[in-house]
Amino acid sequence: MKRFLLPLIFFAGLSVVLAASLSNDPRRAPSTFVGRPAPTFDLPRLDAPDRQLSPEALRGQVWVMNVWASWCESCRDGHAALMALAAKNIVPIYGLDYKDEPDAARQWLKQAGDPYIASMMDRSGKTGIDYGAYGGPETFVVDRRGVIRFKRSGPLTQAALDTQILPLVRSLQGEGSDE
Amino acid sequence: MIPELGQFALIVALLLAITTGVLPLVGAARGITGWTLSAWSLARAQCAFVTMAFSCLAISFMGNDFSVAYVASNSNSMLPLIYRFAAVWGGHEGSLLLWTSLLTWWMAGVAVFSKQLPIPMVARVLGVMSWINVGFLAFMLWTSNPFTRLLPPAMNGRDLNPLLQDPGMVSHSPILYMGYVGFAVAFSFAISALLSGELDAAWACWSRPWTTAAWAFLTLGIMLGSGWAYYERGWGEWWFWDPVENASFMPWLVGTALMHSLAVTDKRGSFRAWTVLLAICAFSLSLLGTFLVRSGVIMSVHAFASDLTRSIFILTFLSIVAGGALVLFAWRAPKIGLGPGFAAISRESLLLSNNVLLMVAAASVFLGTFYPLLLNVLGLGKSSVGAPYFDAVFVPFMTPVVFLMGIGPVARWKSARLPDILVRLCWAALVSVASAIALPWLAGGWKPMVALGMLLAVWSATSVLTALAGRIGEQGGPWILRFFHVPRGFYGMLVAHFGIGIFIAGVTLVKGYETAGVARLDIGQSIEAGGYTFRFDGTKPVDGPNYRAQRANIVVSREGHVIAVMRPEKRFFVVQKTTMTEAAVDRGVFRDLYVALGNAAENSNTAWTVRVQIKPFVDWIWAGCLLMAIGGVLAASDRRYRLAVRERRQAASGAPHVRIRTQAAIAAANVANAKETRS
Repeated sequence: MKRFLLPLIFFAGLSVVLAASLSNDPRRAPSTFVGRPAPTFDLPRLDAPDRQLSPEALRGQVWVMNVWASWCESCRDGHAALMALAAKNIVPIYGLDYKDEPDAARQWLKQAGDPYIASMMDRSGKTGIDYGAYGGPETFVVDRRGVIRFKRSGPLTQAALDTQILPLVRSLQGEGSDE
Repeated sequence: MIPELGQFALIVALLLAITTGVLPLVGAARGITGWTLSAWSLARAQCAFVTMAFSCLAISFMGNDFSVAYVASNSNSMLPLIYRFAAVWGGHEGSLLLWTSLLTWWMAGVAVFSKQLPIPMVARVLGVMSWINVGFLAFMLWTSNPFTRLLPPAMNGRDLNPLLQDPGMVSHSPILYMGYVGFAVAFSFAISALLSGELDAAWACWSRPWTTAAWAFLTLGIMLGSGWAYYERGWGEWWFWDPVENASFMPWLVGTALMHSLAVTDKRGSFRAWTVLLAICAFSLSLLGTFLVRSGVIMSVHAFASDLTRSIFILTFLSIVAGGALVLFAWRAPKIGLGPGFAAISRESLLLSNNVLLMVAAASVFLGTFYPLLLNVLGLGKSSVGAPYFDAVFVPFMTPVVFLMGIGPVARWKSARLPDILVRLCWAALVSVASAIALPWLAGGWKPMVALGMLLAVWSATSVLTALAGRIGEQGGPWILRFFHVPRGFYGMLVAHFGIGIFIAGVTLVKGYETAGVARLDIGQSIEAGGYTFRFDGTKPVDGPNYRAQRANIVVSREGHVIAVMRPEKRFFVVQKTTMTEAAVDRGVFRDLYVALGNAAENSNTAWTVRVQIKPFVDWIWAGCLLMAIGGVLAASDRRYRLAVRERRQAASGAPHVRIRTQAAIAAANVANAKETRS
């Protein structure tokens, strides 16, 4: 009887999705976000909650955004690389503090070091959803026109910095603005 | 030396598990008695060796052996002893070891307490469980060895994640895992029944107490996790619809359906194929939860650091276990037959409807959890689904479930008459409707969702009383003694159903009427919220074993009377360089006062941000869960089974031999008694 095969078929489908999300996702996702305008937001800054920040304000420059949270274990792994990037002073890094407690977030930055020009508080997680934050820390590179040019899921590594992000940032900064 | 011993024990356990996976299964299939009987000693040996490995890891932790990589990354010499023990399962590798340990303990339980069941059946169950154990042991030995040495050894460890340094953590994981792993027993019974082809009511009867016990553990585990999140994360929230929470909730929903479906298969012989499918589902979802936590495909508070090899291993394992089981199901299920029929209105039909609704609810949680992955795979971009989705979807599904839950216990098997049911439940319905109208109004404002919640909560409680009254009314003899004639299983069901009512009341009232306030307070200043005044009397430094803290003194008063002094803390964990908010909770039956410290103000030495919340009836949420778990324990330990076991034993051996109350003994007795007892 065919109906007894249905659970098996359903499960096979699920396995394919899971396998695909494993092979397709972590670390090297050629994300659908690349080439699209950075989703807009208007969020209060972590360091100064009365001031808002939006991507429009960052037009004309190349910037890096990192999605993080004080409760996120794997964000800690990538923090050193992020600090190294900030120390180079080549590109401004903005943080998106995803579904976090502002107090805990500020405290965490105080202890681990703050690589960000500013972090935006995304308490509801809505902006994180727009940016597809689902797999740990995520790093985006946005060009002068506000288009996402690179996305990486998972903790940042020195290797990724040297081989992908820095070369990309340099070439984007060389591109000049269309506006 | 001790870590090597542990490693050796794991290898021996793996070899034993493979042997147990082969000999008894072949023996049972071919009728080779010696092979079949080997299951018992092999299962015990597996249990002994895995327990030995577990002890070795625990010794390494307690002795601060930082030459073991896993110990070095999850412990520290400053960590208090109890957390050094709990740290055994604080990371990926050790939590796997806990998983296999619990699995072998359940196996030992089956081996010891199933003497009344047919020998080939138990041998098959042990064989199937061993295969599951093979998977986990191999996973540990090949990708996640907790005993790997670190060269050169670390001077000190990186400490346990401060979130986990809490009494809740010590109990939450093992109890939750007991639930997850317990469903392996139900799964193995179902697979053994499929293998043997004897899918009659008997296997349902045997696996019932095990399933109920596993469900009670899972309920308790989820409750502890939720209670822990409530005070440890400093938000005062008790459920986040986090993907990993969902991963524990889905097996719970399916397990709930399974328990009820097993009852029908046991008592009436119906729903056989459906019950087998549920048993496969419940355990597969437990495994899926394991996959989710460890694969890194989702961002979650619970996620361990991910690793592609590990993810692939678990996914392959999941595919073999669930896929294999479903192939077996597709092959064997057509021969099962349908069992006796039943009328459109009967306890069977009510239970079936509830089963379907529970599965739909589980499917909606499943969809919400996996939707982002699906979108991503289809190249539609990533997005995640938040609490609004779950809140919106869940209430409509659970409302009819609770409604039917009230009717089920008063309906008769096979065929019930609607007028009878209506007459019996009419006062329960009236009281519920009246409460839905009056209670929210009394509580401080009529809101439709609160009214719905109160309707369901009161309905759960009153329908339980109706069912009890009906059952007492059927008994003969003196009125007082009638209570003792009702079997414990029935009481278990009522207690669990009543617990649902308490749970709903808690959720509804806390959602409907909680109040909160935030303020920057200097010494002597106060904040008002919900009629309470919180006066901030400053902070003072306090040192813990592995943290430094600022402890605030906050005096709470109402109408001029001091009610409580609350001491929330801000702890800085020295090794992990992490700050944790340690909320202070003043618990009460009708309300919790919840105070958390925010940040020290920047331009002052004494001022702090203070967050206060008044959460009415929030403890009812956990009280309800506790009642459900107690109900499960009562049902699994029904007295009539125990008596029957004793009688049987006396008849067999001539010597009185009192055994501890165990579910398996009951299961055994259940077989003998199934015909005599009525529901």
